[in-house]
Amino acid sequence: MQEIVMPANRPEMALLCLLIPLLPFIGFALNGLGNRKLPKGLVSLIGCGTVLASFLISIYLFLDFTSSGSRPYTVDFYNWISVGSLQIGFSFLIDQLTLLMLLMVTGIGFLIHLYSAGYMSHDEGFGKFFSFLNLFMFSMLLLVMGSNYVMMFVGWEGVGLCSYLLIGFWNKNTNYNNAAKKAFIMNRIGDLGFLLGIFLIFITFGSVSYPQVFAEATRVAGVDTPVLIAITMLLFVGAMGKSAQIPLFTWLPDAMAGPTPVSALIHAATMVTAGIYMVVRSNVLFILAPTTLDVIAIIGLVTALVAATIGLVQNDIKKVLAYSTVSQLGFMFLALGVMAFSSSLFHVLTHAFFKALLFLGAGSVIHAMSNEQDIRNMGGLKKALPITFLTFLIGTLAISGIPPFAGFFSKDELLAHVYQHSPIMWAFGLLASFMTAFYMFRLLFLTFFGKFRGTEEQRHHLHESPAIMTIPLIVLAVLSTFGGFLGIPSVFGSNHIIGSYLSPLYNYAKGINATPFEPMHLSHETEYLLMAISVAVAIIAIIIAYVMYVKKETVPVAEDARLSPVHNLVYNKYYIDELYNTLFVKPLMWLSTAFYRVVDVVLVDGIVNGVGKFVTFSGRTLRYAQSGAIGFYVMVMVFSIVLILFLNFFIG
Amino acid sequence: MNHIPEVIRTIPLEYYLYFSAALFSIGVIGVLTRRNAIIIFMCVELMLNAVNLLLGAFSAYRSDPNGQVFVFFIMAVAAAEVCVGLAIIVMIYRNLRSTDVQLLNHLKW
Repeated sequence: MQEIVMPANRPEMALLCLLIPLLPFIGFALNGLGNRKLPKGLVSLIGCGTVLASFLISIYLFLDFTSSGSRPYTVDFYNWISVGSLQIGFSFLIDQLTLLMLLMVTGIGFLIHLYSAGYMSHDEGFGKFFSFLNLFMFSMLLLVMGSNYVMMFVGWEGVGLCSYLLIGFWNKNTNYNNAAKKAFIMNRIGDLGFLLGIFLIFITFGSVSYPQVFAEATRVAGVDTPVLIAITMLLFVGAMGKSAQIPLFTWLPDAMAGPTPVSALIHAATMVTAGIYMVVRSNVLFILAPTTLDVIAIIGLVTALVAATIGLVQNDIKKVLAYSTVSQLGFMFLALGVMAFSSSLFHVLTHAFFKALLFLGAGSVIHAMSNEQDIRNMGGLKKALPITFLTFLIGTLAISGIPPFAGFFSKDELLAHVYQHSPIMWAFGLLASFMTAFYMFRLLFLTFFGKFRGTEEQRHHLHESPAIMTIPLIVLAVLSTFGGFLGIPSVFGSNHIIGSYLSPLYNYAKGINATPFEPMHLSHETEYLLMAISVAVAIIAIIIAYVMYVKKETVPVAEDARLSPVHNLVYNKYYIDELYNTLFVKPLMWLSTAFYRVVDVVLVDGIVNGVGKFVTFSGRTLRYAQSGAIGFYVMVMVFSIVLILFLNFFIG
Repeated sequence: MNHIPEVIRTIPLEYYLYFSAALFSIGVIGVLTRRNAIIIFMCVELMLNAVNLLLGAFSAYRSDPNGQVFVFFIMAVAAAEVCVGLAIIVMIYRNLRSTDVQLLNHLKW
């Protein structure tokens, strides 16, 4: 069982743990308050510096953790909520999962902060942007560090808020605001599920703190009981909203309205993986509910496929990446569904590297093209943007699963687990992975190869981005290249670093069902075959893309051209937005109008105005009693007193 | 009941009640029917004193000094009230050259 040790003898550790989220918060406060007054240099120094400091502390914590025997511990600060039997402490849980997420969030976060300092340098809302980014870092760190579900929920809501603020960052554009609202509302649907799940956890297990809940779950609950299915399904609804799974995925492509670094940080690398973090964190509960796991696997697979098909035909550079993110998240959930928690997390990590890289590369392209995002107007940028091109190429190779880049190892391991679970799912997964390779190379070829298709003005303006933007690209490219070596499959006779590092996380779960955590029992031949097939599939996809977009120089047709029915269906994203509009938005609007006309105007206004009108009317009528004749007043007074006395004596 | 002076007990309590009621009614009727502000004012005093008398009578019959204390209070307050009231009547007379309350009907809707 997991051991929880309090660092009672080391108060400085508690302070360090607290500083990790607190530093970005201080950055948020400084940048937020000094918004327009601080010079840009100072703003970026505060913004990047605080995150860098958090990153360094995280590294120190990690080294300290591994050198002192890798024993998880909680750091208690104070009793936050105490109502009856409900005790919620403000405390952090430091274990393998938290540290991995910490390193990923702060590390990639820092690179993207650095990049933003260059990317946003011409924007008037520079200070506002950095304060929001820092607030996001604070919330995300709270999310991964909290030692109970309520703290996770606080972070969860915080990142949702920052996502909303940053999607609608350029709030003078109504479309952007609508995208922000859409993201916020869709996330609220998921959050409701998460919240109900937390309530149910508290009712069932009498606590919300992870160690207690998991210990209680292994002790009391049976496998696949209705209450466990309910808890896990509700938690998964939360994950669905945050991690953009079907049916709550339409907000993520729209979220690309935000500045590109935001898309990289929040809507690709960190926030959207919160759902996966949550499921891995609650792995005990999910292991206890195989039904939910099946649902997760199916939803993940369908999401991966649907998003990949939509990605095939999009023409906006960021939209393609957005659908690819949704699709990759689908892969991760597929892995969770087949109980390959470590593989899923490994993919989260490598995906964070290469997707952040791709988004930042796209940002660099957009920057060079003077805010042009349509790949039909790009082409031939290879010469003008050599560093961006090279790093983008590495990212594309990584996501397509070409060895030895990071995506190959994680995706391959993930698909091997899926194969072990169900070969049919594996086949569909492979199809999605084929499409991934195709649309990513389509994007690459259309952007960087061929002839330039933009305006003369744009061609004149083309330039490589400044060093502050290319350095993060290079670092991420290195990580995307070598990140995969953290999880070299056992076939190659090497140690799976991530897998063995994370294995203590599943101590509780192993007590219930040890099968999913044993090493894969596929024969070496099968494993080699699976690898060969996935690489072959990716290469075929690349060749097709090469032939179509480089040899034949096909350019996607213009906006108003007629498309074949299937193409049209996919190009319009299966009309899912329109479907939601008809099914949910319109009826809701209609209902609101009905309520407005009946309840508000007739009922509420009727009562309020009625009272007013009655008072006016009675006043107008009764004023004639105010005759001015004193005799009359006295008479009324006397008769009234007589009447009161009469009533008092004979009736009361 | 030994402390109560015999002279008071020679008159039964009911008589005091009848007398007070009569005084009070005269006051009420005076207020209702007369138009001269001073007369109305005097009628009000009549009502007050009817009540005072009643309080005194009950106080004496029940050997309870509270009632008489009350009467003193009422007298003191009535004296103050008379000051204010007469001052108002003087002002009315200065303005209207009359004390007829029927003329004071300007304050109306």
